[in-house]
Amino acid sequence: NYPLYIRSVPTENELKFHYMVHTSLDVVDEKISAMGKALVDQRELYLGLLYPTEDYKVYGYVTNSKVKFVMVVDSSNTALRDNEIRSMFRKLHASYTDVMCNPFYNPGDRIQSRWALLGTLLPVGCLPGELHPGAGAFDSTVTSMMIQVC
Amino acid sequence: MVLDALSEMGCVLSYAGFDLSDPEKEKVGVLAIQLKERSIVHSEIIITLLSNAVAQFKKYKCPRMKSHLMVQMGEEYYYAKDYTKALKLLDYVMCDYRSEGWWTLLTSILTTALRCSYLMAQLKDYIAYSLELLGRASTLKDDQKSRIEKNLINVLMNESPEPEPDCDVAAVKSAQKLWADRVSLAGSNVFSIGVQDFVPFDTAGLECPLVCDLLLSVLFLVQCKAKFHAPSFHVDVPVQFDVYLKADCPHPIRFSKLCVSFNNQVTHLFTYFDHITSVDLVLGNETGRCVVLNWQGGGGDAASSQEALQASRSFKRRPRLPDNEVHWDSVVIQASTMIISRVPNISVLLRHEPPALTNEMYCLVVTVQSHEKATIRDVKLTAGLKPGQDANLTQKTHVTLHGAELCDESYPALLTDIPVGDLRPGEQLEKMLYVRCGTVGSRMFLVYVSYLINTTVEEKEIVCKCHKDETVTIETVFPFDVAVKFVSTKFEHLERAYVDIPFLLMTDLLSASPWALTVVSSELQLAPSMTAVDQLESQLDRVVLQTGESASECFCLRCPSAGTVEGGVATGHYTVSWKRASAADDIPAISTVITLPHVLVENIPLHVNADLPSFGRVRESLPVRYHLQNKTNLVQDVEISVEPSEAFMFSGLKQIRLRILPGTEQEMLYNFYPLMAGYQQLPSLHVNLLRFPNFTHQLLRRFIPTSIFVKPQGRLADDASIAAA
Repeated sequence: NYPLYIRSVPTENELKFHYMVHTSLDVVDEKISAMGKALVDQRELYLGLLYPTEDYKVYGYVTNSKVKFVMVVDSSNTALRDNEIRSMFRKLHASYTDVMCNPFYNPGDRIQSRWALLGTLLPVGCLPGELHPGAGAFDSTVTSMMIQVC
Repeated sequence: MVLDALSEMGCVLSYAGFDLSDPEKEKVGVLAIQLKERSIVHSEIIITLLSNAVAQFKKYKCPRMKSHLMVQMGEEYYYAKDYTKALKLLDYVMCDYRSEGWWTLLTSILTTALRCSYLMAQLKDYIAYSLELLGRASTLKDDQKSRIEKNLINVLMNESPEPEPDCDVAAVKSAQKLWADRVSLAGSNVFSIGVQDFVPFDTAGLECPLVCDLLLSVLFLVQCKAKFHAPSFHVDVPVQFDVYLKADCPHPIRFSKLCVSFNNQVTHLFTYFDHITSVDLVLGNETGRCVVLNWQGGGGDAASSQEALQASRSFKRRPRLPDNEVHWDSVVIQASTMIISRVPNISVLLRHEPPALTNEMYCLVVTVQSHEKATIRDVKLTAGLKPGQDANLTQKTHVTLHGAELCDESYPALLTDIPVGDLRPGEQLEKMLYVRCGTVGSRMFLVYVSYLINTTVEEKEIVCKCHKDETVTIETVFPFDVAVKFVSTKFEHLERAYVDIPFLLMTDLLSASPWALTVVSSELQLAPSMTAVDQLESQLDRVVLQTGESASECFCLRCPSAGTVEGGVATGHYTVSWKRASAADDIPAISTVITLPHVLVENIPLHVNADLPSFGRVRESLPVRYHLQNKTNLVQDVEISVEPSEAFMFSGLKQIRLRILPGTEQEMLYNFYPLMAGYQQLPSLHVNLLRFPNFTHQLLRRFIPTSIFVKPQGRLADDASIAAA
């Protein structure tokens, strides 16, 4: 359950977001165990709104290989709807799969690209680590998503 | 928190009757309350609220939320200047973040904890946290790390460290005083910190014990990996291992001593596992303060197993390094090695002739030959049934070294540690082992030879114990089958015997053994209710039977009385003494006792037997005497008649009725005159007992012959008689 990629915007108060992502893992775990054997036909599990805090909403998404994506969104951004979040997660998943397919990427390594782009309002939960080629695409996907929502 | 407070204030304001519509006044009011607020110590309330929240989340099983709240509580205690409690909480919570691998969060907790320990002048915690913050998990920048490192070295040199940034000024002053006290008090302080796998990768929220002093997981400053060169070593080969250390801190760091301890110090001569129990690295020196970093086992820490896994998955091509450098990730910890005993250089051969026969003294020849270059001492032999087999087999197997006596139940199934003496190089010795198996089946036998030998390893002489074993499976089979039957004196099948009438006991020994058997002798032991008609002599003395051959004996017996027992009269026992034809003379013969079946005996009122020659000749008179015995206690009326036969002319009483007194005998004499040659039917005697109507002719036929062989008349010089015949 250690983080593979974490980025947040704005960069101050990053710690708070880190904590939020970490604690939201509890809810993710609970949801996974609750789902259990019921929904096997759905290959990916979009977990929906994990829990709302006073300022933020946290969304979760789990892949078949138990890689978890967590997104923390500003509550004031009411324009974002469930479908949009869902499609964002799908894009993230596709991007992550691309990273995985990269033969130079070791599964379990942290994802970090050479270009650390400054994003916008939306923090996304993953943590930077080693450098390797495929992460550039991942990073840019994330950034574009952040920009899009702004 | 702030929002809640503000909303509360809003309520207060409205209660106080303030007019909320006026923004100016609201601002002033808010400021006033904020000022008041500063004087109230909120920490207590906050902490209480937080601990309630922790309990709540614990109940609903949200471990991470609980940890986050505990961090907040710890920070609150820090602000409230209750450093002890803060440290306790933060330390407790650190394990969770370590195991989950969230380094950013861990670093922030460590920073706070470091401040607490600085302000309390807690030496051990300060050192431990500094070490961890310098290590590979911390996300601090290099300049911060250098600062911490400098402070650490100061502490180890028995000086006060620089104060941590962002600490309360008053607290810093009191801390500096405490540190000064510590400096003056210091003698040689040795702190031992255990660096090891502390928390399993378990997200169920394992409770970390709060007592942490020696088991602090000080990660990532220095990594240690110890490795034996091979997973196993022989006793006479020197054991080699390497200890690899990697430092992750920005500046070079000097350690003064490295100790490696093992689980046993003395070289033993038996197979065992040799573990590296711990590796100790000493930082600082004994005159100042020193920190001993201790790794249990072969090294590694909470994150190294994961890193090792990732390294093994990696397909990165390893850069070629010069010969004496090793790629850190490719070093796999090998903390234990197996010491196995020296390879023995002797040969153990077994010679035997399977299969064994039940109950025989089966001979197994063990030949031990030494191929060593030196004399081997104290050679001991263990031989017998391999332990661990069926309990029935163990009970029915006996082993002995002395073949001349038959082993009985008291002999063991396995003979252990028979001393055999010493063997010079090339010498060989033979030992004969005798095994007696009581039941059929397959048995595994083990022969184990152990000895001592002096060898030289790196100019030191050591005594090694070596051993070699051989296993062999021996089948046991039945040697022969004995069939017993009762027949009449005419060799006809006998259903029942009659009192005082002789009958025959026939025994048949069929050899089922693949080896030739020598029947040494046989003996018939009769029960008291049975008597023998003549001398009982063994007819099978020293008979050799090959596979499939059979030997028969015949005894004539007589039963004097019917007995009262249902099911017949006991006959007795038949004992056969035998051994293998190829066995040596001194090996004893085995006696197999067979219980003979019971025979049904009936009383007969009248016994008739005939005296007549074995053959007749044409035109020569053939005298026949019939004896009639009255076996009852009463006078019997008997009607006797003779039926004529075509082949004979006879003279005698054709029909008569007489009385026979009890226990007496009546003789009838007839003269038969054969007319024709060949196997002729005799004139049959009919006896009718008036009191026993079922004394029939059938019964009589058993006792008296019904036909006889008549030889033709011999050729005589007299032509006339030939013509007449």
